[in-house]
Amino acid sequence: MDQGMTTAPPKIRIRDLHKSFGDKKVLDGISLDVPQGTSFVVIGGSGSGKSVLLRCILGLMTPDSGSIEIDGEDVLAAPAGRRDQLRSEIGMLFQNGALFDSLPVWENVTFGLLALNKLTRATARDKAGTILEQVGLAPSVGDLYPSELSGGMQKRVGLARAIAAQPNILFFDEPTTGLDPIMGAVIDGLIVDCVKKLGSTAIAITHDMASAQRIGDEAAMLYKGKLVWQGAAASLMHSGNDYVDQFTHGRREGPITMELRR
Amino acid sequence: MDMVLDLVARTGRATLSLIRSAGALALFALAGLSHIMRPPFYGRVFVRTFLETGFFSLPVVALTALFSGGVIALQSYTGFAQYHAQSAIAGIVVLAVTRELGPVLAGLMVAGRVGAAMAAQIGTMRVTDQIDALSTLSTNPMKYLVAPRLLAGMIALPLLVLVADVLGVAGGFTVAVVKLGFSPTAYITATMNSVKVMDVTVGLVKAALFGFLIALMGCYYGYNSKGGAEGVGSATTSAVVVASILLLAFDYLITDLFFSQ
Repeated sequence: MDQGMTTAPPKIRIRDLHKSFGDKKVLDGISLDVPQGTSFVVIGGSGSGKSVLLRCILGLMTPDSGSIEIDGEDVLAAPAGRRDQLRSEIGMLFQNGALFDSLPVWENVTFGLLALNKLTRATARDKAGTILEQVGLAPSVGDLYPSELSGGMQKRVGLARAIAAQPNILFFDEPTTGLDPIMGAVIDGLIVDCVKKLGSTAIAITHDMASAQRIGDEAAMLYKGKLVWQGAAASLMHSGNDYVDQFTHGRREGPITMELRR
Repeated sequence: MDMVLDLVARTGRATLSLIRSAGALALFALAGLSHIMRPPFYGRVFVRTFLETGFFSLPVVALTALFSGGVIALQSYTGFAQYHAQSAIAGIVVLAVTRELGPVLAGLMVAGRVGAAMAAQIGTMRVTDQIDALSTLSTNPMKYLVAPRLLAGMIALPLLVLVADVLGVAGGFTVAVVKLGFSPTAYITATMNSVKVMDVTVGLVKAALFGFLIALMGCYYGYNSKGGAEGVGSATTSAVVVASILLLAFDYLITDLFFSQ
């Protein structure tokens, strides 16, 4: 098939990624293209390898084999310094926020900017206020500590920290888990706004179908370390794929069997 | 025959896993040390850990030293009075405190206080993804979390031991003068005559090594903890137990090296 000479490489290109822990294959030959500016949602049950996929791209884990390219550059083959540089362009919202509980909110938000010396401590406090306003929080929240915040506020601060350095790529790990449905929708709305405003490419992993459809342009389903379906996020509820149907409708019968034993 | 083979296999597996852990620990220690030398340096983290390790351990270490010095004076009096060698007490107290008790007791106290806190804090950061979050924010966790703690341990413990040395001698002095009827000036003169610069120096070298070991164990077990609250709990226990045992073993080795004839 002719791909066209002028097509730019996808923002993220993954080829034949494998990762095992002991005997358990967590990623079993994943190949994936995420075009520039797309919001890509990966759905799948617990233990399907979603988190491991994100962690491999982020460099928190090293895959056993396969390649990960960002803007056409092989991250795994790049020298350490260049790898760090490529990965510094990724902002990550962790599942439970992963806020630094020993630091006030403003220092959490500007942590990455301070680490890259893009900011002095004197101006960081004000900058944090501006970023907090982008996620709907009052600048005064900056003086609180993470333990003083509600779950929804922690997610917002986590989002503020992820977008602070205006990254080209944003990752969201189960952004709505642990929130009530309304707060979930609010956070999804913020995520969509932020991604649009920054023009970033985003990958979100979730098992919340409403959230997947709100955030995603495209979607894929992961089952036992393999991609079993890929298509438009809007078609998630009527994909015609047995795996996706069972998952999105929460049926007990279907091709997916719950492994209760290891 | 099978039983013998089984025994051999089991011994082999245990030995291999011991070697593996020792190797992992050594690599962790080297990585931590190398990050102490290379920028960026996290001064704020260092100062915070240094205060926690040094300044806030002062009361515990001071009381421990004071009572230990006193008890040695008391016990050695009981023994030496039989041979009319009471005059040796000042010397015994000052040598015991500067060479051994100062570093060892301060080390054990700091292991329980600070080593445990380091393991719990870093362990919680591990299980709540905060360490991964550091990596995604262009910060090397070894450099940010481990290096400043190792450095703080190495610097704070010798300073604590200096304080412990002085207070240990003061404890011995108090007991000797108030309870055993020694003359204050004679006791101080005997103390000054017995102690050499070498005694104090070796004690401080021990302290620096102990401080390093305590921080290393706290960081290592915390950094590698997994499995939620229980994992953090066992990391904390391991950090304190292993640090205490290593500390006593190294104490013996250094004493053997410097003071045995």
